[in-house]
Amino acid sequence: MADLSKSVAIVGTAESDEIGLVPNKSALQHHAEAAFNALEDAGLTKDDVDGLFTAGYSTLATADYMGIQPKFTDSTSIGGSSFIVHIAHAMAAINAGYCEVALITHGQTGRSARAPFPPDPNLPTMQYEFPYGFIGQPINYAMAANRYMHEYGEDRTRQALAEIAVSTRKWATLNPKAMMRDEMTFDDYHNSRWIAWPFHLLDCCLVTDAGAAVVVTSAERAKSLKKKPVWVLGAAEGHDHMGISTMPDLTSTYSRETGPAALAMAGVTHSDIDLAMIYDSFTYTTLATLEGLGFCGRGEGPDFVAGQRTAPGGDFPVNTNGGGLSYSHPGMYGIFLIVEAVRQLRGECGDRQVPNCKINLTNGTGGALSSTGTVVLAID
Amino acid sequence: MTEQAYSKPIPVPQGESDYYWEKAKAHELWLRKCDDCNKAYFYPRDICPMCFSRNTSWIQASGKGTLHTFAIVHRAPTPAFRDDAPFVVAMVDLEEGPRMPTNLIEVEPDPANISIGMAVEVVFEDITDEISLPKFKPAG
Repeated sequence: MADLSKSVAIVGTAESDEIGLVPNKSALQHHAEAAFNALEDAGLTKDDVDGLFTAGYSTLATADYMGIQPKFTDSTSIGGSSFIVHIAHAMAAINAGYCEVALITHGQTGRSARAPFPPDPNLPTMQYEFPYGFIGQPINYAMAANRYMHEYGEDRTRQALAEIAVSTRKWATLNPKAMMRDEMTFDDYHNSRWIAWPFHLLDCCLVTDAGAAVVVTSAERAKSLKKKPVWVLGAAEGHDHMGISTMPDLTSTYSRETGPAALAMAGVTHSDIDLAMIYDSFTYTTLATLEGLGFCGRGEGPDFVAGQRTAPGGDFPVNTNGGGLSYSHPGMYGIFLIVEAVRQLRGECGDRQVPNCKINLTNGTGGALSSTGTVVLAID
Repeated sequence: MTEQAYSKPIPVPQGESDYYWEKAKAHELWLRKCDDCNKAYFYPRDICPMCFSRNTSWIQASGKGTLHTFAIVHRAPTPAFRDDAPFVVAMVDLEEGPRMPTNLIEVEPDPANISIGMAVEVVFEDITDEISLPKFKPAG
């Protein structure tokens, strides 16, 4: 495979104007606002965009709404990790000459949507999982977390989930855009109501209204734009099931493949990573993903995150925006990981800035722990 | 239970699963098995998902297995499940090899009463005149 490391850069990123509880905006409005803001961040205009990427909707909808006629289009939709994967696809397309300025957008009104997506009875998940109430990710992920507890110990797993919930909230208290900014104690965590045992409410991500966008372009073009390029050093993607009942191993996500592959492409190792942005649909997702990516061994996650190590002031910062758990999570969250990673690498994060943040690893998980995309990003 | 009263999702059999649901209606659990790689699999589909062979058949499962994992649902995922909560979603490792999604019933929905690895057996719930759902209970 061609060496595409550092061949493209992220040059613009932003959220939509307001995120959180936004009852009177459509999902497409969030797409367009985020696109506008991200292009402004890059110092580009809509007319510069020739590649368009999104998930959930088809790019037919987003292009029509924003008045874009892309010559390269990608609606890869594999859950919340899609937008991480789009970065790799943009890298491939730009290097192949299919487009030069790739715009990735997302918008979703998980909290306020006026109509849900219609179900499709042809899907095996509808036929074999939904009738039993395997509906919605809290239930699916809870079954994976319980298996993890069985294999690696309930008490130490419970403590790890609490550590992650509390540390992520600490970061959110430092982010003005986070929805949940009140401090969370360990008691708050343990006393929160059950959603799907073993998950408390505070194991689960928020459901918000939000949009975000990311602009990717060639190394050449990136050098003349408004802000310092954030280089894409490595990228990898993949998935191993759809419904939770066909997941080959409930305690091992596909990050076991995409993490090492992205790091190898980037030519860096785990100890080089200054900031990990890890899709936290649930506390458990962070725990399992840290292991999958290889930051620690299987079953070692509870020791790895112990003592608020991932919190502000800890030596391994994770999810500095406050995560899906406490910042925002409209349904598919992956693109927001990139927004924060880019801001941290640029040093734009104010109170929550990670000192000397040069290399980031971002991993998105989508579906029922189904898909993962990993990128390694860096700034000169 | 009448069809009108049942508001939870009802499976819509597809061509390749008609047999599965016909047998479930007769309170039998049948699995697809690959006659080339010699493994049974779930969910039913004509082509083997392991070796991609078209040489596949149906076998009757014993209905016995062990609990692979479970969760206790307190917050109903849709209004139709509210009367059931708390209820137990589960995956069962069948004696024949495959893992299948199900509910664990006839047990208190309390983690103290349910343990991963416990022996379970199939029981059928007639939800409409056409559809019976295979569920599992602690083995007697």
